[in-house]
This record gives sequence, structure tokens and C-alpha cells, in this order.
Amino acid sequence: MWGWQSTGGHDNPATECGPASTHTDQSGDNTLIEVQQLTKRYGPFTAVDGVSFNVGKGEILGFLGPNGAGKTTTMRILTGYMPPTEGRARVAGFDLQDQPVQAKERIGYLPEAPPLYPDMTVREYLRFVARIKGVPPGEQASRVASVMQRTHVADMANRHCGKLSKGYKQRVGLAQALIHNPDVLVLDEPTAGLDPKQIIETRELIRSLAGDHTIVLSTHILPEVAQTCQRVVIINKGKVVAEDTPENLTARLQGAASVYVEIDAQGADAQPVLTAVPGVTAVAIAARHGASTGFEVQSEKGLDVRRHVAQAVVGAGYGLVELRPMRMSLEEIFLQLTTTDAPAEEVAHA
Amino acid sequence: MRNTLAIARRELHSYFSSPIAYMLVGLFALLFGWMFYSFLSFFSEQSLRMQQFGMGGPQTLNVNEMLVRPLLLQAGIIILIFIPTLTMRTFAEEKRSGTIELLLTSPLTDWEIVLGKFLGAFTLYALMLGLSALNLLWLFAYGDPEVAPIVTGYLGLLLLGAGFISIGLFLSNLTRNQIVAGLLTYAVLLMLLLVAWVGEGAGPIARGVVSALSVFQHFEDFSKGVVDTQHVIYYLSVIAFGLFLTARSVDADRWRG
Repeated sequence: MWGWQSTGGHDNPATECGPASTHTDQSGDNTLIEVQQLTKRYGPFTAVDGVSFNVGKGEILGFLGPNGAGKTTTMRILTGYMPPTEGRARVAGFDLQDQPVQAKERIGYLPEAPPLYPDMTVREYLRFVARIKGVPPGEQASRVASVMQRTHVADMANRHCGKLSKGYKQRVGLAQALIHNPDVLVLDEPTAGLDPKQIIETRELIRSLAGDHTIVLSTHILPEVAQTCQRVVIINKGKVVAEDTPENLTARLQGAASVYVEIDAQGADAQPVLTAVPGVTAVAIAARHGASTGFEVQSEKGLDVRRHVAQAVVGAGYGLVELRPMRMSLEEIFLQLTTTDAPAEEVAHA
Repeated sequence: MRNTLAIARRELHSYFSSPIAYMLVGLFALLFGWMFYSFLSFFSEQSLRMQQFGMGGPQTLNVNEMLVRPLLLQAGIIILIFIPTLTMRTFAEEKRSGTIELLLTSPLTDWEIVLGKFLGAFTLYALMLGLSALNLLWLFAYGDPEVAPIVTGYLGLLLLGAGFISIGLFLSNLTRNQIVAGLLTYAVLLMLLLVAWVGEGAGPIARGVVSALSVFQHFEDFSKGVVDTQHVIYYLSVIAFGLFLTARSVDADRWRG
């Protein structure tokens, strides 16, 4: 996928460090963000450790990881807020350390906390951002109007930023990132702190921005990644532990199949019945709802035990309240990847 | 340049959308007016006495020497109290609220940010001084003071204040707490004032060194109506050094993260 790789594997590796101009040419083949072996150390603490990834034009990349995994640090390096200790980041062919101004002209950034000046009205603030982002004076007013429209903050145009609700602050933050129509959008937890309706609106907005813009967004909310992103990079303790599409990640980690069964009986009574079903490898109590108990039944891979489970339960004289297959959610994959080391390695090299 | 002006404009906007600008300008006008009044009444009392006793016949009191000069010297000390209030929020507040992240990820150079902030604070300071000059118009209405010492005195005050502002900017960038930034600036500026006093009692060499370095010693000549390039260069160096330190510390913060 990297431009310089596609020119031939045995090529002189020096091409990799070639002048930025060659990379500008190569970004023609769609790679807009190149991150190579990014490392950031704070004294003895390593926040980001050798992170590499690429994002193609118009793609939405989800950056996933628990709090403190190094998401924000990576994004700050990617936006030129701080330099990496080692490694390179290139946006639209411009190296963030060699040509920071050119690179930053092409990046819109929404930090974790929207960087608003409380003493300015929304319109004044967006005008100011338009000025410092280099929007030509003649276009500033129309850009401000169009991003306010797009992010649905036009009705708050004359309200002071300090007096906005959390949802509006977030949207003004997004408007600010869009103001100079950047090629690349970097959004650090864009839906944090919003109510469910606003979350849905924001996700829709982000999806509608893809295509024109290349988007990198970080989050620790998993369904968000599944719903918005085409590709996911999972990061833990500063390292990339997996990189793939949400579907592939789910499929790849789908190990043993499991079924959720809720039975109208007290826990311990029904457990032997389920364990006795052929093909079942493990049974665990997952939930208790009054008189009924929920079990998680695991079975051998590729074997559908639902029919047998249902027969066994009814045959034993219990009421079957619920029976459904349990797909491994992205959430579980995430936990699996970020809490144990072994499966993480497996996925990374799969 | 356009970016610098954009930053400066935002700085002024934030001064004027809070009570800070009005407090600074208003209080300075009040203090300056009061000082002016007390020097003026002292002066008119003295000249009345001179007339009554006819001491020295045709000799008259010099309004520049007896009024304008001590007034501007005092104003130089008064601004020491005002400048920290002006500069303490410049960087500290941006760091606290996270808006510094917007500035540092925008296509701006560190110098554009620093100069923009300097220009914003300096403009408000110049306004503050400019209003105080209105008091002196009375002297022209009822007397005949020399213009040159007044103009150079104000030039000196502008340079002195600009030097203080550049120091204040640097100190504001060292912390995310406005109060800490303000107190630090007070301490440093007071030290610069005290250094001059300490020098008075020292030996000739030490006195020479101290007075060469002291911010206030260089101001004295301006109030006498003399523009010595040595002093101008001194102040320009102080300003440049302060701004340089600020720009370096903005960059250093990047590395620290």
C-alpha cells in the first residue's frame, strides 16, 4: 500500500527517506497519511512505541484503545502539536517536522477538549480560526457560514462559546476543524460527552465527510468504530496490536461458537442438563433474572448446538425463555487484544 | 504578518471582552491623573511662592523639570504594577483551557504566535499610556512646556513597557496558572527595580555594571528629553531577548508535551 513499496520490493531502500517532492508525486496513489515507526518517550515512560500505519484518500480510520494507550499522543504527533522522539509522520506528502506549515494547512484537528475561546461568539471564533488557518480573506465569511450550516451550529452563531452546551461545543470544535476544508481530519474522541441523539448525528456527519476528507478518529467506544470506520487500528500500551476492517477483526477472532440460553430455573439445577448436551464444551452462568437464569454455552467450533440445547432443556421439563447465538462483539475482541498478550501477537501477525 | 495580526486581534478581543482592559486603562488613568494633580498643585504652589518672595527676579520654574519629568518617572514605576496583569493570562490561560493546541496545530510559526501576543498586549498598553497623555494637554493650555522631553519620555515609557511585556510573556508561558504567572512577573520586575537601588550603595564598578543592566536607569535619560541610541538599543535588546525566550519556551513545551 505504501507508495515506495509498490515501486518494487528490491528497490533501494533509500527511496523511503527521499525528498518530500517524490512523496508528493506518490501520494497520487492514494496514501494521504503515512506514519512510520512513531515513538514518543517522556523520560523513562514510552507513550507510543513504534507505531506505523497508512491511511488512504477518503478513508475513515478508527484508532481504538483503552485510556492511556497512546491514542492522543499519536494524534498530537500527527497534527504537529508535538514532535515524535523517533519516526516520521507525513500528511499529503509533507513531513510534519520538515514542512510543518504546509502539512498543517492540510490538517483539521479536533482535540479531546474542543479548543474554544469562551469570550468569543461562535461566529467570531470561527472567523478567527479561518484567519489563522490561512483561508483567504474574501472567502472567510462564506466558509464560516457553510461550516456552521454543516455542523448545525448556525442557530448559535451569536452565542458565546463559553455558554454553549457540551454538544454544541463539540460541534463548534468540529466546525473549526473543517473551516479550511482540509484534506485530513483528525478527531480525538469526537463523540465523547454527547447525548445519544447527538452521537448519532455526529457519526452521520463524520460519515458524510469521508470521501472529500481522509479521517482519523480515536475512540474507546467500540460500536462507534464498527459503525463509522472502514479500518481499525487497535493500540495498547503504545503499540499497534491489530489493524484490519471491523468485519475481518470480528471474523478472525471468532473462536469457539457460543450460545446464550435463558432457562426458567434456578442456576445450579439446569447446569448439568446443558453440560450433558453433546458438543458443549463449557457452560457458565451469565445472568440471573428473578426466577430464570441465563447461561453462556460454549461449543466446539463449527458445531451448531442450538437445536440440541433446546431439546435438552424442554426434555428436562424447564421453560426455555431465550436462546440466541452470541457473536463475539468488537468489545470482546478489544478486551481480548488489550488484556492478554498471546492473542494480540496472533492477530498482529495473522 | 497576517497571522500575527490575527493573533493580536484576538488578544485585544479577549482583553476587551473581560473587565481587564477597562480596569487597566481606567485605573491607570485614575492613578496618573492623581499623580498629575499632586505634582501640579505642588508646582503651582512653588511658583506662587516664588512670585510672592520674588526670589531671583526673572528666574521662573521649569515645568518640564519640576512636573513632567518626575511624573513620567513615577509612571515608569506604576506600570510595573500594571504589566503583569496585562501579560499573565497570555499563554497560561491558553494552556489551561487547551486552546494552545489550536494555535500549535495551525499553520503558524512560533514567532507569529509570540509576536501576535506581544502586539496585542503592547497595543493595550499604548492605549493606556496614550490616555494618560491627555492630562498633559492642560500644561499646553495654561503654560509653555517643551514638547521634546514629553515625547521622548513617552517613547521611553513605551520601550520600558514593551520590555516588561516581553518578560511577562515568557513567564506566562512557564505555567498554566495565571496567578502564578502574574506573581512571577511581579517578582522579576520588582527585582529589576531593586537591582537599581542596591547598585546605589555599591562600589563604582559594581554601580556601573548595575546601572548598565538596570531597566530603570536607562529610562532616566528619556525623561530628560534625550534619546540616546545606547538606551534604545538596550531596550530593544531586552524586548528581543524576552521574545526569544518566549519563542524558545513555546517550542520547548512541544517536546515536553
